[in-house]
Amino acid sequence: MVEHDIVIVGGGLAGLSAALNAAPGLDIAVISKVHPLRSHSVAAQGGINAALGNHPEGRDDSWERHAFDTIKGSDYLADQTAAELLCQQAIPMLYELEHLGVPFSRFPGGVIAQRPFGGAGFPRTCYAADRTGLVLLHTLYEQTLSKDVHFYEEWLVTNLVVRDGRCYGLVAYDLQSGEIIPIKARAVIFATGGYGRVYQKSTNALINFGSGIGLAYRAGIPLKDMEFVQFHPTSLYGKNILITEGARGEGGYLINNQGKRFMADYAPSAMELAPRDIVARAIQTEIQKGRGFEGEYVYLDLRHLGKEKIMKRLPGIREICLYFGGLDPIEEPIPIQPAQHYSMGGIDVNEKAASPVEGFYAAGECSCVSVHGANRLGGNSLLEAVVFGKIAGLSASEYVQESQGEDRAARLVNEAAAQLKERINQWLSKESRGNVYQLFHRLKKIMMEKVGIFREKGPLAEALEEIGELRHRYHQLALRSDCLQFYQELVTMMEFEYMLDIAEVITKGALAREETRGSHFRLDFPRRDDQNWLKHTIAEFTPKGPRLTYRPVKITRYQPQERKY
Amino acid sequence: MAKYLFRILRFNPARDEKPYFQEFSYEASEKDSVLDALRSIRDNLDPTLAFRYSCREAVCGACGMVINGQITLACRTILESLKSQVVVIEPLPNFEIQKDLMVDMTPFWKALREIKPFLHPQPEIPEKGYRIEEKQMERIYQFINCILCGCCYSACPVVARGQGYLGPAALAKLYRFVEDPRDKRSFSSWAKVDRPDGVWACDTVFRCHEVCPKNVRPADGIEGLRRKLVVEKIKRLFKKEP
Ligand SMILES: Cc1cc2nc3c(=O)[nH]c(=O)nc-3n(C[C@H](O)[C@H](O)[C@H](O)COP(=O)(O)OP(=O)(O)OC[C@H]3O[C@@H](n4cnc5c(N)ncnc54)[C@H](O)[C@@H]3O)c2cc1C
Ligand code: FES
Repeated sequence: MVEHDIVIVGGGLAGLSAALNAAPGLDIAVISKVHPLRSHSVAAQGGINAALGNHPEGRDDSWERHAFDTIKGSDYLADQTAAELLCQQAIPMLYELEHLGVPFSRFPGGVIAQRPFGGAGFPRTCYAADRTGLVLLHTLYEQTLSKDVHFYEEWLVTNLVVRDGRCYGLVAYDLQSGEIIPIKARAVIFATGGYGRVYQKSTNALINFGSGIGLAYRAGIPLKDMEFVQFHPTSLYGKNILITEGARGEGGYLINNQGKRFMADYAPSAMELAPRDIVARAIQTEIQKGRGFEGEYVYLDLRHLGKEKIMKRLPGIREICLYFGGLDPIEEPIPIQPAQHYSMGGIDVNEKAASPVEGFYAAGECSCVSVHGANRLGGNSLLEAVVFGKIAGLSASEYVQESQGEDRAARLVNEAAAQLKERINQWLSKESRGNVYQLFHRLKKIMMEKVGIFREKGPLAEALEEIGELRHRYHQLALRSDCLQFYQELVTMMEFEYMLDIAEVITKGALAREETRGSHFRLDFPRRDDQNWLKHTIAEFTPKGPRLTYRPVKITRYQPQERKY
Repeated sequence: MAKYLFRILRFNPARDEKPYFQEFSYEASEKDSVLDALRSIRDNLDPTLAFRYSCREAVCGACGMVINGQITLACRTILESLKSQVVVIEPLPNFEIQKDLMVDMTPFWKALREIKPFLHPQPEIPEKGYRIEEKQMERIYQFINCILCGCCYSACPVVARGQGYLGPAALAKLYRFVEDPRDKRSFSSWAKVDRPDGVWACDTVFRCHEVCPKNVRPADGIEGLRRKLVVEKIKRLFKKEP
């Protein structure tokens, strides 16, 4: 058995921010299914928001304006107290990150550079060229090396042990040894990231299965607002690798097959820099109306920015286009299409990153505080990961320092580990019927086609049924090898069940929510309905499927108004 | 679509006496990456095949391997660019094999830790942030592209000699910090690399430059460190120690 004061699951930005801010003197461990530097955060490109007011056009910016943009962008589903906290904390956080070593790009005069991003009233996205995630993640990881943090790399957490409203620890699969390990913890922080790969087309890393969200749900912790799934407007056609919003922030155009900047028809004043939900729907509509290319994509044109600007501000984008698209954006427009990008919903936590279960915290993309509501603004999620990761580290430390350990913890985690071993033995002793990858591919397709950008009662109900069928088939699966070291099929077997849960909660929430808000667009209910639906969806696990209840949104000073750009 | 023959090095230390090649004949799109192909082979033909990956866009550094003799990233190697229907895939050299294409990178991470790869800033956070001109940062920008994939370490003939050389990535990382205008580490704390298995071990044959998938030139950093060491030592000769 492994034992620590605080166990953080996830080595992305949220997890490392928690680790760096946990109280010195406590025994801290980080568990991650990949080496921390391979976490999805490393791929973030465009930047991180804070109202520093460094841009010549951003002198009047303030955290209040940032909060307003975030709330409006959320289609008023964000909790306003949470959004205010995030935006207020953003400014000192940026200076803290700089002090830890993040090499941000600079403006003349030496201050941190900022660029315009979608849905923002002022240019407030701080960046390091188009490799912001890389520099943030490497900096935080390297800083943890100066501290006494214990890392368990390539351990997959498979179960969360909760009894009577209190968290006792975890069970994990150590890929290298092939063993199942019980882990006792006084407090657990989940920073397990998003579930992007539940969808067929996604900008996310291939490892983003979202199992953390699923295993918290199974342990009885509610999920919030899961039907809100962000589709990014511009992913490279074919590979769905992200082309950052920064490309439009720097002045890129979206062009249809008639050579027209079609955003004029959808968001005449914000144009290409309208929020993501609006731009993604506009592109999808153009494609569906026959104004795309090959019925699949439109163009993102950067050519007028010129070679120098592209090389300096968007070198990573150029590299992606050269290697993965076989084209040079200096000379050719980039074929793009929308793809799943971000999980707005997640584990239900409050502004202290605490869940209803004692000793269990969550931060970053796996959590839902909620600061993004129905639609996240670009540059706000790296911010959320570092700010709420830090808050989680502080909250969990406080809890550990003030609470007592309990004797039964060891017994409970050992029991949970024994149950998992038993389950694996069953998988090993059965005849294999089909394989988990086939079911996985089927699930992704269902979600893309029926629970995607445009939603409607009929297809949503079908999706729910088909997910049920997949679950039935899942129970008949077996493992094809008995060598458990570095066994990726076993990883997928264990995570897939949680993906089914997540898919079910998204779909059921989407079916129930009979309105259109932010990323959730119902063809059969195309208007926002504040009277009935200005509320959070809360989903709780029951053996018969998710039970949905609702909770009011916290509103402070920004009354809901129509969202125009 | 085209028919490809994949010859993949297999080794499971728990069960096999020594590594061997296994062949998989597989139909794949020419636009697929080697990583796409490996995943298809695993999903459809052999679930035990082991290899690392995550981002599939050449930024996480997980998928370094040897493809038709080249040390590179599997996710960024598109099949048609290989100009061959036979694709030979081996794990990175200079590391122990853990299973199939997965190698044990412990020595690489250990070297990284050794150079203290984190900013040593002034004690207080400046109230409105630092004032640093872009020009001051330009010297270190290329090193910031490093994704710590280990390709350079794998290609390095000095590492291959196995005498505890820190390797190109770690030394380039040290240079990145020493040159950072915010870094306040003392000369004596980093001058530890002034030793035969430190900066002076590099043969300057630039294999690291050839293989780096992110166009980093680690030897630029190593030469930078050498220069700084020499200059610093000369300065000290003429300065009375307090
Ligand atoms: C391509 C791309 C570009 C982006 N660009 C931007 C941007 O410019 N600005 C912005 O604000 N946001 C951006 N985002 C969003 C942002 O990057 C993410 O929301 C954020 O990085 C999430 O951080 P995280 O720490 O919550 O999760 P992650 O970085 O995804 O980390 C999750 C961690 O959990 C671990 N883990 C997961 N499950 C388990 C398990 N069961 N057991 C053990 N470990 C587990 C993983 O190994 C990993 O270490 C971008 C997203 C994408 C897809
Ligand atoms: S999978 Fe991340 S670098 Fe190849």
